[in-house]
This record gives sequence, C-alpha cells and structure tokens, in this order.
Amino acid sequence: MNLWESVGVAFEGIASNKVRAFLTMLGVIIGVGAVIVIFAITQGARQQTLKQIQMMGSNVLFIMSGQQRGGGGVQLGSGSSQSLTLEDCDLIAKNCPSVLNVAPQVQQNYQIKYTNKNTNTSVTGVTPEFLDVRNYSVARGDFFTDSDLKMRKTVAAIGPTTAANLFGDIDPVGKEISIRGIQFTIIGLMTEKGSAGGFGDPDDAIYVPITTAMRRLMGVTKVRQISVQAASLDVMNQAISEIDTVFAKDHVDANGNKNYTIRNQADIIAAVGKQNDTLTMLLASTAIVSLLVGGIGIMNIMLVSVTERTREIGIRMAVGARGIDILLQFLVEALVLSLMGGMIGVLVGAGVSWLFAFFSGWALQLEPISIIMSFGFAAFVGLVFGVWPAFKAAALDPIDALRYE
Amino acid sequence: MITVKDIRKTYQMGDFAVFALRGINLRIAAGEFVAIMGPSGSGKSTFMHILGCLDRPTSGSYLLDGTEVAGMSKDELAYVRNQKIGFVFQGFNLIPRRPAFRQVMLPMMYNPHSENSEARAIAALGRVGLEDRIHHKPNELSGGQQQRVAIARALVNDPPIIMGDEPTGNLDTRSSEEIMGIFQDLHNEGKTVIIVTHEEDIAHHAQRIIRFKDGHVISDSMVENRVDAHQALKNIPLENEEEI
Repeated sequence: MNLWESVGVAFEGIASNKVRAFLTMLGVIIGVGAVIVIFAITQGARQQTLKQIQMMGSNVLFIMSGQQRGGGGVQLGSGSSQSLTLEDCDLIAKNCPSVLNVAPQVQQNYQIKYTNKNTNTSVTGVTPEFLDVRNYSVARGDFFTDSDLKMRKTVAAIGPTTAANLFGDIDPVGKEISIRGIQFTIIGLMTEKGSAGGFGDPDDAIYVPITTAMRRLMGVTKVRQISVQAASLDVMNQAISEIDTVFAKDHVDANGNKNYTIRNQADIIAAVGKQNDTLTMLLASTAIVSLLVGGIGIMNIMLVSVTERTREIGIRMAVGARGIDILLQFLVEALVLSLMGGMIGVLVGAGVSWLFAFFSGWALQLEPISIIMSFGFAAFVGLVFGVWPAFKAAALDPIDALRYE
Repeated sequence: MITVKDIRKTYQMGDFAVFALRGINLRIAAGEFVAIMGPSGSGKSTFMHILGCLDRPTSGSYLLDGTEVAGMSKDELAYVRNQKIGFVFQGFNLIPRRPAFRQVMLPMMYNPHSENSEARAIAALGRVGLEDRIHHKPNELSGGQQQRVAIARALVNDPPIIMGDEPTGNLDTRSSEEIMGIFQDLHNEGKTVIIVTHEEDIAHHAQRIIRFKDGHVISDSMVENRVDAHQALKNIPLENEEEI
C-alpha cells in the first residue's frame, strides 16, 4: 500500500465520523490559532512601539534627572531630586560640538479653559529647538521664537486633538485660552503626528515657551528633561561623552555618583524588545499547552478508533495487510487530523488577527514563521500522539482482531 | 498442495489448557474440493484458521506449495494470505459503509505485484453475478449478495486456494445453494476449494469430506452422491426478499 492510498483510507476514516473528527481537531485548531494570534498581536505591539519611539525624532538623546545605579537599572528622578537647569542647556550648546540642538522641557497637566469649554491636557514648556529635535512642525500660524522666550510671553501652540476638543471646527489660531487662570494667546496649530496607541496621544498637548511655563505656570527652576539632538547617528556616543564632560563639574558628587541619566533611543528600543520577548514567550507557552491538550485529544480518539475498528483491522489483515500497513494507516489518519486542524487553525488565527488589526488600527502582522511553526507543531503532535494507537493496532493478531466483538 | 503433519493447537485458559487440535495429519492436492465437518468444539474452525494462515499452530508442520508456513513471521503470513489464499467468512466480514467494488479492491491494496485496479474489482464482482451491484454498500445488500461480494474479494488477487469458514452459515437455503454454485464453478476452473461446514447438504457439494471430532480427524472419505448446486437451485422457488 502506498502513501496516497493511506491518505485516502485516512480521509475515509475521518469522513465516516465527521463530528467526532471535528471535535478532535478542535484542540489543535485552538492551539494553532492561538499561536498565530499571539504572534500577530505581540509583533503588532512591537512595531507600534518602535514607530512611536522613532516619532520622538532622530539621533536624539534624553537627559533626565536621577541617578544611574549598578548595571543598567535606571532610577528616574522624582520632583525633589530634579537637577537639570536651563543653564545646563546653554553649557551643552556651547561646549559640545557633536550636539546639534538642545531642547529642554517641563511638563504639567492642567485644566484648559476656552469660554465655557474646558479640557485637561498636558502643558509642555519647550524652546523653539523642540520642533527640530522631536520632529514636530506647525500646520497653521507660528511657533514661538527666542524673543518670545526672553519676554516670557503668554503664547501657545496647540495640538490638533486638543484644538478639536476645545474649538471643534473653529480655527484656534488667535483665540485666547486660560491655563491656571492665566490668559494665553494661541499663535499656532501643530501638525498632526498621529496616535501611535499605547503611550497616549501626542497630538493632545499644548506647547508654551519654557520660560513662561517655569516662572508663570509651574513655579519651578529645574527642567524635567533635556532632549539633545546629535549631529548624526555616528556621533551619538561622542555626544554622550561630551555631555558627561560638561556635567562633570556640577552634576557629579564626591563619590562619583551622577545625578542625571542619559538614555538614547537604542536603549529604549532594546528595553521594549526585551519586554515584548518575555510577553511572547509567556503567551506562546500557553498556546503550546493548548496544542498539547489537542494532541492528547487526538490520541484519545485514535485509541477509541482502533478499538472500534478492530474488526476492520482484522479484515484488512486477513486479505494481506501487514503490521506496517495498519501502522501507516492509523498514523496517517492521526497526521491528517492534526494537519487539517492545523490548517483550519491557521485560517482561524489569520482571521482573528485580521479582525484585531482592523479594530485596533495596528498593522496586520502575520509572520510566516509563526504559521510554519504552529503548523509544524501540529504535525508533530499528530505524529507523537498517533504512534501509540497505531502501534496498538498493528500489533493485533488477525484472528484475534476478527473475533473482536 | 497442502501437507500438514502433526498439527497441534493448545489454548491456555487460566489454569486449564484447552487442546483444540491434537495432531492433525492431512494432504490436500491441488484442484480438490474438500469439506471439513464436525460438531462444535471439534477443532474444525481452528484448523481452518491455521490453513488460512490467520492463526499459527502450537506445533507441527504445514507445507503450502512446498513451503513451510508454520514458522513464518507475521509479515510473511500476510503475504501468503494476500497471494495464495482467498478466505470467505461466515459473517461476510465486509467493511461498513463502503461500496462493493471498494470492498473487492482491498486485497489489491496490499498486493505488491499489481496495480490497484477498479476494472479488476468490477470483473471479480461480475464473476459472482453482481455486476449491477458494484456501488451498493453492505447494508444495501442481502446476506447472499454480501457473501458474493466477499467471494469476489477473495478472488481478486487470483489465489490458487479458496477457503470458506461456514460460508453458508448465515444464509437461507437458496442463497446457500447460490454460494455453493459459485464454489463449484471455481473448483471446475481449477481452484482448490476448502470449506468448513456442519451441514451435511452443504458438505455434499464437495468431492471429499474430512470429519473432525475432539481435535482429531475421525474420517476422510470421498463423496459418492455429489450435489450439483445449479441443478439444486432449479428446485428451490425464488423468494421475494432475495430480489431487492
């Protein structure tokens, strides 16, 4: 008997009990589908995060208050330990040749009022360099200038989401809004950055001159974070060492402890990737357990099938089937069951992933590797759990099998 | 063709040993038509299963076509069953839910020397008069028709020996006579035919009757007044239920 005949016989066996075959396959369907959906979601999440990190601007370093401890653990500074000042920014700009732009920022959430409408959003104090460093632009009107900064003017640029919340269809440029009781004139509408999901909406923000924010709104003298744009990707490490040199005088204590932390995008991307891998492993092991359970289901049905078809096995042996023929027949049947389950599982998984992508707005991430992997595992499950029942069938004596009632 | 020497078969049932066959010595020549008779428990069926290579003797020698079969492996026995012996059972032993021609194709599936040919299966069904029933499933056929499908299956690999273990045991008189007619035709075509039966009428279709009792052969004689199944059929009225 050749393999094709075995496959034909296996399909006949499956077709003769369709409901049972489907229930058997269900475990594999769920397992394979789960693997594909899990990979699609975690990959989608990773792409999304990377996209968002890239949106922060290119060649950017972030200097934050707070000490760096041990091997890579980062303690972010709380309000009391903030140490960075606007003077630090001037020092970096003057003394670091690898640095192209320096953009300090302060940030606080406030209730914003326009006539009888109000919304709660983040108010960010920045300098004009912010646009270049963080890859932002103004769609209509203007951004504030260095002279606005010097005069601590109460002017603001508004993100499109906030503008829509407060003004609806009205043009916000030229309107007056109230932040913490202080009137600000909107001079510019920011270009839409697009929500990347996860971290909140970058378009829901109001930008004001950093001097105005520090003195008139927040009453602080320290900045929360300094974004530094290096001249190119190649000089990023050089820029870090230049900043370290500049900061050595004021920001390092007698024991050599720094009170600031410099992070670059590569660090953040790596951290996100690591977090994602852990999640993937966790979810994938859940899916593998369900595939295993599916495999045991197949074994169960194959054992029942062997018992139920003992007479058929006897008949086949009586007309000349050898043990190996019977073994092949049941093995192929288990394999066909698990592969059919695998195929349906791939379709179900792809469908669910598509639905997820459709509703989340994320890009559909159907990894060929996850399809091949789950399919291969389904075949493996069929083979492993089909072997025992198949051996049991093949070991029967023809006369015993024929006498079986 | 067949020579058995001192064949014994012992079953162990708990503490008891059951001696089903206590030393059988026989020769059956090619082209013979032999009926094996005996009461229940005489060992005739056990002997038939050994002759059909479905079971193995506890001891003794079984020469089939000059080859020792008693010591063969399971796979070698499977090959002998496929090539040399067509076996017909009392209970037909067809696979459920499968059309007649697919039943008949089964032995070809395990035959290393032939293609799996639908035409040959249909030709074999034609030989037993079922050319118009090739797509019928077992539950759509009468007992006699099912047994004829089983005979077609036994014939399809063209084995020299046809064996029947109570082939008419589940059938009415008319169907039995039809089946015996087919066996007599096969015998006339040169096949060696061996059947087990406990009915004298059936046994008298054969040339030779071997009688078993308590695991021994007690008589071995030629049949004098042989029944011709085709003649006998003419005296049996048609029954409606036979023509579905």
